Amino acid sequence: MTDLSLDRRTLFKGAAALTLAGAVPAWARSGTAGLHPAPGVLSGDRIALTVGDSHFGTGGRSAHAITINGTVPAPLIRLKEGQRVQLAVTNNLKEDTSIHWHGLIVPFQMDGVPGVSFPGIRPGETFTYDFPIRQSGTYWYHSHSGMQEAMGHYGPIVIDPAGVDPVQSDREHVIVLADWSLVHPHVLLKRLKQMGGYHNFQRQTLAGLLAGKDQGLKDRMDWGKMRMDPTDISDVTGSTYSFLINGHGTPENWTGLFAPGERVRLRIVNASAMTNFNIRLPGLPMTVVQCDGQHVQPVETDEFQIGIAESYDVIVQPTEAKAYGLIAEAIDRSGQVRATLAPQIGMVAPIPDLRARPLLTMKDMGMDMSGMDMGQGGVIDLSQPANDSMSGHAMKMLDPSVAPDVPMGPGVATLSSMPADRTADRPTGLEDVDHRVLTYADLRSLEPNADIRTPTRSLDIHLTANMERYMWSFDGVKLSDGADPIAFRHMERVRITLINDTMMPHPIHIHGHFFQLLTGDDPTHNPRKHTVNVLPGGKISFDLTADALGDWAFHCHMLMHMHAGMMRVVTVRHEEDAA
Amino acid sequence: MKRLITSAVLLLAGTAMPALAQDHSQMDHSAHQMPPGQEDAASDQPADPHAGHAMPASDDGVPRGVAPPVPTDHAAEALYDPAVMARARAAMLKESGGMTFSQLMIDRLEYRAQKGGDGYHWEGEGWIGGDINRLAIKSEGEGDVRGALENAELQALYSRAIDPWWNIVGGVRHDFRPQPQRTYATVGIEGLAPYWFEVEAQAFLSNKGDVHVRAEGSYDQRITQRLVLQPAAEVNIAAQDVPELGIGSGLSNIELGLRLRYEFAREFAPYIGVNWERSFGGTARYARAAGERASATSLVMGIRFWF
Repeated sequence: MTDLSLDRRTLFKGAAALTLAGAVPAWARSGTAGLHPAPGVLSGDRIALTVGDSHFGTGGRSAHAITINGTVPAPLIRLKEGQRVQLAVTNNLKEDTSIHWHGLIVPFQMDGVPGVSFPGIRPGETFTYDFPIRQSGTYWYHSHSGMQEAMGHYGPIVIDPAGVDPVQSDREHVIVLADWSLVHPHVLLKRLKQMGGYHNFQRQTLAGLLAGKDQGLKDRMDWGKMRMDPTDISDVTGSTYSFLINGHGTPENWTGLFAPGERVRLRIVNASAMTNFNIRLPGLPMTVVQCDGQHVQPVETDEFQIGIAESYDVIVQPTEAKAYGLIAEAIDRSGQVRATLAPQIGMVAPIPDLRARPLLTMKDMGMDMSGMDMGQGGVIDLSQPANDSMSGHAMKMLDPSVAPDVPMGPGVATLSSMPADRTADRPTGLEDVDHRVLTYADLRSLEPNADIRTPTRSLDIHLTANMERYMWSFDGVKLSDGADPIAFRHMERVRITLINDTMMPHPIHIHGHFFQLLTGDDPTHNPRKHTVNVLPGGKISFDLTADALGDWAFHCHMLMHMHAGMMRVVTVRHEEDAA
Repeated sequence: MKRLITSAVLLLAGTAMPALAQDHSQMDHSAHQMPPGQEDAASDQPADPHAGHAMPASDDGVPRGVAPPVPTDHAAEALYDPAVMARARAAMLKESGGMTFSQLMIDRLEYRAQKGGDGYHWEGEGWIGGDINRLAIKSEGEGDVRGALENAELQALYSRAIDPWWNIVGGVRHDFRPQPQRTYATVGIEGLAPYWFEVEAQAFLSNKGDVHVRAEGSYDQRITQRLVLQPAAEVNIAAQDVPELGIGSGLSNIELGLRLRYEFAREFAPYIGVNWERSFGGTARYARAAGERASATSLVMGIRFWF
């Protein structure tokens, strides 16, 4: 109740402040003609950034924000492959801050993770990052301190290739997706610790049962027996979030211009704290040409899901002089944001209705029943101890024998007994839509991979949780519990399998490296990524060449999962240096 | 009698027993061990825990291999002041799972309309701590709106998560009313049973040597996203007569409630409902002898709020 009244007060104050806050940077202003030329873009070899406190508002609601150079999103930084750049970051906050250059290959001490790569930037101090630009593509930057990223501390990076860009376009727009709450992220996390389902207002109800919606009684009983909620798609939802495109909510309708017939490149970055989005432009197919800043062989689709911290570059070619909606829908369908591509400012495309909230299935619980003789149609038994007479591992939601190295305890409520490789699966909620949906298996890198050696070592990492207690970890151990670093030898090639023992997708990010996702038989063209969204109850494998010496962060990019402990330090050392 | 108590505890805690038997030593010992790099490098997880196991994951021809030893240094300390790095590292570790949270929940604050004099009742709990270890206070009590406070108790508890669903609690309870006041030592278990039942059971040993057991359960049936019907039950059992408190040996009383609340916000929900309680055996006889009824039905209205 206190929060409600607080929100309202903020709202009144905010309404007054809204006109004062020119909160959006020039590149993100509505009605932009695109990036060539774009005002207010930071380029060159010396760039100054100042982190400070401001207000930010959308839809008439405004609250405290943490901004860079006074704006949300932060300025667009546009660099050139092969250059060197110095970025002087001044901290005007009353707390420490930092900037992590997400996806950029930099020396570890320039990676910007306080406590891992450097000490952080104290109030009043300036820290100068200095590194060569060794790549091209679409990336982003954000704070790695506190939860500042959830409060506006994020912005896009575009790096032009040294040579000819294999992606030719007549115009480009940067699309930065975000979620924004008036409530401080620490309060959001506290609420989740107090009540795991706090923000979920799309649960199954008795009224729904009587109306014939969602699961039938038997399924509800089965899931209730396991204390699992099939509507638990997102932790923080549209009940508190406004979803943003380039700092604009649906009412502000960010609009990017085009001329009919042009090839328009959209550089889409998901800078959300807690929201995976479904992206589509109804009536306009998209050709995906890049993912996580790495070129992929062009592939056409109608919709894709973008995990937090991923980026996708797509080409669209609108031929008619009409407005197209760019729809970013939260995967739990608790909200969406519409932006517009149009020949002129002021045109609007229709806003589609939110689609029905998806329900999780047994496959999302790591019990892939396909092809199994289930007897009584998939009866689940959780009360049986591990070595009981059930058919193998198939029906257990917590069978310690499937993960012998994961310590059991309050933080591990479930283990996927039969995790399926879900790289070719359509993501959560898009299983049955009646148009094309991109999967990871559709991604093939354009340039051949430099290192295609067969790994000499393999490593399983379990993504573990207790959603009711809101505990998140790797291998059942939170970073704060004194987990050892994950150690690599310099230049060794390791196959890593991420096994999702939870019912939520986890966008897992490794700093300082790109890995090659195992999506096909041809290692030469497996897509290179810095972040991979592991679907619920599934697994994903990638090959990693540990080519970057130093200490690096490795974590779930759901900000509150990371802060709950779903993180590790990764070390890369010359073999002879290791203790 | 002892058998009755034992079986009641076992009945209510039954679902939690496998958990009690589990090895939960893994979860807390490491809380004090930071920074991580100073742990014994050869000891546990990432340093190839899989060697020697027959693991199914490597069905693609990639060997498990041998992981390098975990370095004992921190790379950034070669470039930045180690003392400054240590401070930053400690803050980072704390923010990666080691934060402290709290909650104060007034589950019931209600007016009870009933024959023979309306009453009031409260029940709430507060806690502070991490995921595993918490300090908690609990309080409940009731009285007559025109008369005296009849029951008032306060508990101070240590709570420890022992498995995904269950916590054990231990501590002290003091009853300010009725007179004479009593202080109890208590142990118990609480958690979430299959089918989403909130369950707790506590045993109490008083400073006079009396033994009591209390078990409670409730279930939240969501009718809509904000309208929740909550049936609840409480059973009290005594191991002996305690005449000065009006408690008879055996099943002393049962309380059943049905409350319908509307969550204007998760933290704020007014409710209406009915509450029925009845004393049994010796407790009922003591009540009648004192001119009180052995059972009472009340219409209740109140609020549930927390922060």
